[in-house]
Amino acid sequence: MEITTSRRLTFSLARGVQQLLSLPLMGALYLLDAVIGSIERLIGHKRMPYLFVLPNMAIFAIFILLPLLLNFFFAFTGGTSIIPENRPWVGLGNFERLFACQDITNVSTCREDVFFFAVRNTFLFVIVEVPSMVVLAMLIALALNRDIRLRGFFRSAFFFPVLLSPVVVALVWKWMLQTRGGLINTLLGFFGIAPIEFVLDGNWMMFWSIFVSVWAQVGFYALILLAGLQGIPPVLYEAAEIDGASELQRFWKVTLPMLRPTLLVVLVLSLIRGVQMFDHVYVLTGGGPGTATVLTVQYIYRTAFEPPNNWGMAAAVSLMLAAVLAMLTVIQLILNRRQTEAL
Amino acid sequence: MAQASAAQGDTANYRWWGRDLFAFLLRRKGGKRLTLADVITYLFLILGTVVMFFPVLWLVMSSFKPITTLYQTPPTFFPYHPVTAQVPGYPEPLPLVDVRQEDGSLKRMARVGRIIGVEARVIDLEAPSEPPRRVRIENITPVQEIRFDLSNYTNAIDRFPFGVYLRNSVVITLSATALTLLINSMAAYALSKYRFRGRNTIFLLILSALMVPLSVIMIPVFLVISRVGLAGNLLGVIIPPAATPTGVFLLRQYMLTIPDELIEAARIDGATEWRIYWRIVMPLAAPALAVLAIFSFMWRWNDFLWPLIVLGGRSDLATLQLGLQSFQGELNVQWDSLLAMTVLSLLPVVFVFGILQKYITTGIASTGLKG
Repeated sequence: MEITTSRRLTFSLARGVQQLLSLPLMGALYLLDAVIGSIERLIGHKRMPYLFVLPNMAIFAIFILLPLLLNFFFAFTGGTSIIPENRPWVGLGNFERLFACQDITNVSTCREDVFFFAVRNTFLFVIVEVPSMVVLAMLIALALNRDIRLRGFFRSAFFFPVLLSPVVVALVWKWMLQTRGGLINTLLGFFGIAPIEFVLDGNWMMFWSIFVSVWAQVGFYALILLAGLQGIPPVLYEAAEIDGASELQRFWKVTLPMLRPTLLVVLVLSLIRGVQMFDHVYVLTGGGPGTATVLTVQYIYRTAFEPPNNWGMAAAVSLMLAAVLAMLTVIQLILNRRQTEAL
Repeated sequence: MAQASAAQGDTANYRWWGRDLFAFLLRRKGGKRLTLADVITYLFLILGTVVMFFPVLWLVMSSFKPITTLYQTPPTFFPYHPVTAQVPGYPEPLPLVDVRQEDGSLKRMARVGRIIGVEARVIDLEAPSEPPRRVRIENITPVQEIRFDLSNYTNAIDRFPFGVYLRNSVVITLSATALTLLINSMAAYALSKYRFRGRNTIFLLILSALMVPLSVIMIPVFLVISRVGLAGNLLGVIIPPAATPTGVFLLRQYMLTIPDELIEAARIDGATEWRIYWRIVMPLAAPALAVLAIFSFMWRWNDFLWPLIVLGGRSDLATLQLGLQSFQGELNVQWDSLLAMTVLSLLPVVFVFGILQKYITTGIASTGLKG
């Protein structure tokens, strides 16, 4: 008897606290309701949709469309000031400076050699990362698509790094790669290999940058491919089986052709992401050792936001990056359209 | 004789149980026999799970290790702490060691002072007043115990402005998510339930914003942000990213499935357009709003480049991610505190994923939304 009374008391207390806390929120909502209601009376029903899209569109216009145009202005002006009035027009000066080389076959003679290193590193990164990502994601998706136990658990296991922040992912692996007490070096020790100072070796850090980037994102692409695999009608497999096709034949003749559109989307998507890679690698290596893992976006960030703040040159590189991304996006759109047409 | 046969029976029994267990674990769902392809699949998945989970587990385990065993080679998996004891005559607790005696047996003693060269000084616990004995260090092993000690966590909170980072991250994540839900759903409602001039243009504009990554406009964005007075201001991290194109798209697709008759009926009853949105469309769109809320939470909590540009070097405004980055970039990284802070910063995400993983995975699979 007593228990029920006290329980009821706690319950009503909790509800009271809840109501008290939600009071300001409810008040704000009623206020919003009243304000927008009177605006609606003022402008009429017909114009309401414009009011509905206004906040979102205003933010888009100010923080995405306007900067998109301003980027051109920055790329063709010089100086170290960010204020447009203080920036002299230099025409193609920023691009000329980026490509000023004494000897075109030797990048080290270029004035902005780090730019070329960054482009080369990005190229190397993408060339290795994208195929590894697609192949691994495909293998994971195929394995998860089989009739196996603990499927939900395995799917989560591959997927959860996608939700970790890039900073956390990079720190997890930075800790794994420590020379003293790092797990990777300990494992190498079991095979009698002397500890490697990964941080001091450019090639190793490039390898680990790619590895970490794949580790962090492969679950995302595997999930998309898995959805694609599950969309293949089972009738096709049944028909192939009746025709006496082996498991391998079924993969080559049914799975791959049916999955091709999804595979292409994954390929282009990971290309777009790879070209823009920044945070994982920035936290893991800081671009080092030296300039071994400086990627294009990090070069833009460094050139613009670190002294001497060469905004113009950074914007020029942004424009070139935007052109590459636009090209990839157009390819993706064409592929998407083909995919929807095929369905 | 009878005993021997009983033992035999036991082994047979044991074998039978083992086979049964094995069959249970590896049997395919349909009850068919395990094929070679199945075995390879399981091996691949188990190996993959280890590669995915172990680094994070290792980080969590390391965060409980004291600085004395953190850099030890080879490292241990579990967090070992040195065992200490209070010895009369010594103000500080002394670390215990096992000392190999001349006859080969081990004796538990306490170590005093520092290790000098290859020698350490130890005292007998039963006779603490006797002067310390010198022993060679290869004859002593420190006594350790596994303990999940929180001192790295308390140190991190004391030594770093962890509370400030946490507050900033929470403020940004919650208010940006609320704002995202409000303005994205308003736009989605207009785009899905009204016919008005310019609707298709607006929708295309929003979709094209999907294709403009921050990385290619960060310089002019910084100019705009500073011009409107949002640089070095939490609002600069909250407002601009709130207008997510993905969110508008997701909500619009969902709202298209809400029957127009409901809205018409409300309109006939004299409801204002805002009322219809707020009282009818929003509750009906709750499932899609929930998915967007989860994603917005993840995006904002994990954001790095945008806060980095907008907040710059303001350490009093830094988010958890920026704080972690600045401490790991120091010349002398204090890994003991850094590991603890990293674990704390990934807790909310793990928590949310643990509860809502089904919605997250199906949400991604069906819309391909991320970042």
